[in-house]
Amino acid sequence: MTPDECYQVQLENIFEGPMDLLVHLIKKHEVDIYDIPIALITEQYLEYLEWMKAMNIDVAGEFLVLASTLTQIKSKMLLPAQEDDDEDEDPRLEIIRPLEEYLRIKSAAEKLAQRDLLGEDTFVRIPGQEDYLLNREEAVIDVGLFELIDAFQKIFEKISPIGRMEINADTITVRDRIVQIVDIFEARGSVTFDELFSKNADKSEVIVTFLAILEMVKLSLIRVAQHTRTGIIRLFYL
Amino acid sequence: MEEIKNIIESLLFVAGEPLTIDHINNILIQAEKKEIRNSLSELSKEYEDRKGGFYLREVAGGYQIRTRPEYREWIKRLIQPKALRLSKAALETLAIIAYKQPIIRSDIEHVRGVNCGGILRMLLERRLIRVLGKKEIPGRPLIYATTKQFLEVFDLKDLKDLPTPEEIKSLGEAPSEHMG
Repeated sequence: MTPDECYQVQLENIFEGPMDLLVHLIKKHEVDIYDIPIALITEQYLEYLEWMKAMNIDVAGEFLVLASTLTQIKSKMLLPAQEDDDEDEDPRLEIIRPLEEYLRIKSAAEKLAQRDLLGEDTFVRIPGQEDYLLNREEAVIDVGLFELIDAFQKIFEKISPIGRMEINADTITVRDRIVQIVDIFEARGSVTFDELFSKNADKSEVIVTFLAILEMVKLSLIRVAQHTRTGIIRLFYL
Repeated sequence: MEEIKNIIESLLFVAGEPLTIDHINNILIQAEKKEIRNSLSELSKEYEDRKGGFYLREVAGGYQIRTRPEYREWIKRLIQPKALRLSKAALETLAIIAYKQPIIRSDIEHVRGVNCGGILRMLLERRLIRVLGKKEIPGRPLIYATTKQFLEVFDLKDLKDLPTPEEIKSLGEAPSEHMG
């Protein structure tokens, strides 16, 4: 590792954006958003940016845009009010308006998150196999190889975060895996594609499972269908 | 009358999606919409009185039997639903679209002050938002709106049912109850 490519932190993990940082500062100092002490907040904001740079956090351009807006407002506040302009607008309005809007959205987002979310707090009956079979024509489409590969890629991405690869001598063979999968089907009749891949499976296991599925389709042991609404791929034992 | 209520209950039990009154009416042609509506509210009341494992919710323009939130932990031991888990940034983006739709990307980004391309793609993939069309301005940007799925997931009757955001003044001073 060269000194140039030292440790970098994703900014999003700390503040979601410049407005978030501004809200944080306003709350921290318990100031009224309609009467922001602009000098103090600007100074603090810039201090935070410096601090983030020092910690090697990648400061995105958006943060600098707001920094320049704040600095500009601060300097406008220092200028004496122009006499000819009737009732000069408070320069801080430039930041108050978007701040108001952002706070409103933030509150709305929090309220949405508190609702009884489907699949999290409240549930509906899940159509079982019978539903799939009855509505076969309209509800599901038969899946081609490309859809299967897409689904496989998704699972593959999940398991290989940094290209880690362990080679195990006693890996299971495709033939053995088919036998295991048949056992699952004997018990359950149908399973979703994702269910066949355990969460902590390694690469070879995932590949073996995928090859087993392809082989079983070829042997007409199973039928593969995708639900048109949910996009869930489901395998049926024939 | 009692029978109509039972028929509707049986339909609700089997249906995978929220059933609209029109849909029920198409099946139960002999009943009037008013009767259907009355039966639905009677059913809802019965479930409330009984305080059982499920209740009747009015979502996305229809009616759906759903389990009561109190029992979520047990259900999660039975099934593993696809985790919804939206990040704060995703929720905020979704809220902007919900409240200000139809809206183009640059207007969404303006509110949060950050790029939201990745979040939009994720929300599209989860079918919480959709593309309505292209706006007839230079660059022809895409116009976004929320979906029926959004209403279903967030337990909303319709867009008018969206929660009202709190007054801003109190928010700006949120952590300062002791300030008097």
